[in-house]
Amino acid sequence: MVSIIEFKKVSKAFGDNKVLEAADVSIFKGETITIIGGSGKGKTVLLKLLLGVLHPDSGHVYFKGQALDSMSERELSKMRSQIGMLFQGAALFDSLTVRENVAYPLREHFRDYSEEKISQIVAEKLKLVGLPGVESMMPADLSGGMKKRVGLARAIATNPDVILYDEPTTGLDPANTKRICMLIKSLQEKLGVTSIVVTHDMQAAFDVTDRLAMIHDRHFGFVGTKDEARSSQDPLVKNFIRGEMETGDG
Amino acid sequence: MASYTFNIPGSDAAQGLSATFFGGIGRRMLSTIKQVGGITELGISAIKVIFTKRLAFDEFSRQLYVIGNRSFSIVALIALFTGLVMALQLTVGLGRFGLKLYVGQVVALAVFRELAPVLSSLMIAARVGSGIAAELGSMVVTEQVLAIEAMGANPVQKLVVPRLLATTIAAPILTIMADIIGIMGGMVIAVREAGVTPQFYMDQVRTTLTQDDFTSGVTKAFFFGFLVAIISCFEGLQTQGGTEGVGRATTRAVVLSSIAIFVSDFFLTKLILYF
Repeated sequence: MVSIIEFKKVSKAFGDNKVLEAADVSIFKGETITIIGGSGKGKTVLLKLLLGVLHPDSGHVYFKGQALDSMSERELSKMRSQIGMLFQGAALFDSLTVRENVAYPLREHFRDYSEEKISQIVAEKLKLVGLPGVESMMPADLSGGMKKRVGLARAIATNPDVILYDEPTTGLDPANTKRICMLIKSLQEKLGVTSIVVTHDMQAAFDVTDRLAMIHDRHFGFVGTKDEARSSQDPLVKNFIRGEMETGDG
Repeated sequence: MASYTFNIPGSDAAQGLSATFFGGIGRRMLSTIKQVGGITELGISAIKVIFTKRLAFDEFSRQLYVIGNRSFSIVALIALFTGLVMALQLTVGLGRFGLKLYVGQVVALAVFRELAPVLSSLMIAARVGSGIAAELGSMVVTEQVLAIEAMGANPVQKLVVPRLLATTIAAPILTIMADIIGIMGGMVIAVREAGVTPQFYMDQVRTTLTQDDFTSGVTKAFFFGFLVAIISCFEGLQTQGGTEGVGRATTRAVVLSSIAIFVSDFFLTKLILYF
């Protein structure tokens, strides 16, 4: 299988707080991988390292074979156009309408697009997430689940190769959780994207994922398929999956 | 927070206290240096972006409108009462030397050279600076700033530069407005209390003021506007710790901006007088 993203010996610390230490993981093209681990164990840091928003203290992050630290600002921006991200709280811009929110990455990366084309793409992406006709609404008028779906429409606006999901089901009711999980699966099937999901929600994780990677003790303590995770004899993996014991997180 | 204690013979309690005191001062100084460094760095990168990247014009015009709208009435009110009280004090003060006819001259000089730029900028710090820090702080805690970066955009270009330019342009405009209103306020008192005619007062103002008095005040306001905006943007973008952090960032933005206005006022005045 072809790796689209690789973390090689990545270490990251904030002051005295070491979050990752020589962490290695390869993410394959077209798969959905779920990153699990206790709170404050570096899951979101991993996403930020992948976006190039944070830089590793040592080691390298590769996107399509190119190390992020060797990329120019232009190359980094181009790379980011190939990555969509759904944020935990959706992170929609309060002062912009839904249309302008979804159009934001298009305006950033495709400056030659006409207003007509942008409107057409926005409508298409909103339809894909089950929210047709909400273009003129403001984020404040949307429910939590709707915000997440608009956030998802924005994440897929540029037809990215990779979508990052940061706690996609946190704060949602069961119906919306199911809807988001179905969307993650259907986007992978329809668009063939690589998805990286960061979550605590094991039900959602098993629902959407092909593989699981567990961060423990500042590196990937377990990387394997769903079945391998279920049959793992490693007490940390077993306990985390069953939610029987804290993994020492704060 | 842990406090420093040094192992020196003598009274442990007193020495512990003094070590804590000096340790506290040291930490405070380091934190201030770090903060000034961060603000300078942000200012330099914003200036670079102004000259190298496209201006987010919609956001710039929105900010200019918001700043003007937010500050106009408060600046006008402050300028009016400053003019009134200045003239009132000077009528009494100059009256002691039989010079109360010249109230207009002193009011004009004080307002144009010092009071209008400083007081307008303080009001901008309170109204606009706090707004910028709160807005950017909220955007940080709700990950909107991270979203901008994740979408390949530059937060300095999208957020800092429009606010910086809008505030830097609005401050001199508001100062000119404060100049006019301050002079008018002074005239009301001069006519009532010093017994001069409006024509005489305005003649005094016209003959006293030079081009330098006007440009000195406007130049100061330009720098004050820049300082207020960059400090407020920095504090907003540095927000940590949720809504409580937004409150802290807002307070810090106003306090630091006010200090920066007073400190830089002295150096700018010295510099302007030198040239």
